[in-house]
Amino acid sequence: MRRSGYDPETLSEALKATIDRPLTFMEVCGTHTVSIFRQGLRSMFPEQLRLISGPGCPVCVTSQGEIDAALRLAAKDDIVMATYGDMLRVPGSSGSLQEQRALGANVRVVTSAAEALDIAVRNPERETVFLGVGFETTAPATAVVLEQAMRADIRNFSVLCLHKAVPPALRTLACDPELAIDGFLLPGHVSVILGVEPYRFLADEMHIACSIAGFEADDILLGLLDLVRQVRTDRPDVRSMYPRAVRPEGNPLARESMDRVFGRTDREWRGLGVIPLSGFDLQGEWSQFDALERFGVSVTHAPPPPGCACGDILRGRLDPPECPLFGKTCTPASPVGPCMVSGEGSCAAWYRYNKGGNAQCRI
Amino acid sequence: MCLAVPHRITRLLEDGMAVAAAGSVETEIRTDLVPGVSEGDLVLVHAGFAIEQLQDDEGQEIEELWAEVRRLSETPDA
Repeated sequence: MRRSGYDPETLSEALKATIDRPLTFMEVCGTHTVSIFRQGLRSMFPEQLRLISGPGCPVCVTSQGEIDAALRLAAKDDIVMATYGDMLRVPGSSGSLQEQRALGANVRVVTSAAEALDIAVRNPERETVFLGVGFETTAPATAVVLEQAMRADIRNFSVLCLHKAVPPALRTLACDPELAIDGFLLPGHVSVILGVEPYRFLADEMHIACSIAGFEADDILLGLLDLVRQVRTDRPDVRSMYPRAVRPEGNPLARESMDRVFGRTDREWRGLGVIPLSGFDLQGEWSQFDALERFGVSVTHAPPPPGCACGDILRGRLDPPECPLFGKTCTPASPVGPCMVSGEGSCAAWYRYNKGGNAQCRI
Repeated sequence: MCLAVPHRITRLLEDGMAVAAAGSVETEIRTDLVPGVSEGDLVLVHAGFAIEQLQDDEGQEIEELWAEVRRLSETPDA
């Protein structure tokens, strides 16, 4: 795969030459967060550029109530809970899926929704519940597999559908006067599915610059350079600096599959509260695959762990070292909040690449 | 979690399946979301599904960005 062809040093110099005032941008993709740390990109930013991490990790924004619902389902007899590995160690109000597995629950890690359906087909005497977590990058696979289950009339398969939509969360963040965001570095792989139009309201209605970026150093710096250019010329837009993967129209086939299977509902995000129409759910004929409905479990609001600042971190109001638990009672080996569990969580990234947690590193 | 990894399709199988390689590691993937791909095509794979065929084209937008950045760098008051 060919990359942009621009070297990071050239891009860094261009950023410094182009920025003409202090700007605050937010990245809303956990893979960006990790990539920026791993490649030491913050040292290449101009002093006037502040990049904050937003709610870019689907595991991290899963609410405490949703995790508790997953734990209640996994605890039921004769259920196989199939989950992406990222969710295994996320603490609920009492324990995690990993701890439940140690206590005898049948929790299996899968790398694909299709693998979860295979488990159901191979174990017709048991119910298999797939824990459907993820943004628009991940949700199409769940939709395709549910369509397959419907066609094949597989009745021992269901989904705890916790998929979330990114653009409604961006609207919430854009409306937060405390953040005063000048531009969003948009997630490359969510945008592979969405294309550019679902973000258009940010530029047209809210006058916020938007640039879709890939994940190499040059991709990210190109995205930031495009944001600076948009602000400086006062022409906010939605542009793709990741054209080798993101078509302007996205992947219509994936969206059509999602539209056939999912409805939209208001949903709670950790740190952001209930966001209108930000959740994908199973309605109409698809509700037969809704694990909550099938097993009489509901998602109820539950408070986050005491002292945990994941909510403020996901909203961009705090950097991880500003959480009183960071690096003390909350570490990757013994996480309190989800941002320390997920490999793409802000806290885990700060801990791994900036272990001292020096808040002075805030950009 | 939204990580997607480029894979080269090495063999098409039945029912929308394919074998694809990332480096020396081969894996079976689903191609439901990128119909029409052929052996040798480069695709982005996420959670066992190809979600897009990768393009060689770097696009017009990056060229336009550079043209404007050069202009802005030369005219500080732009």
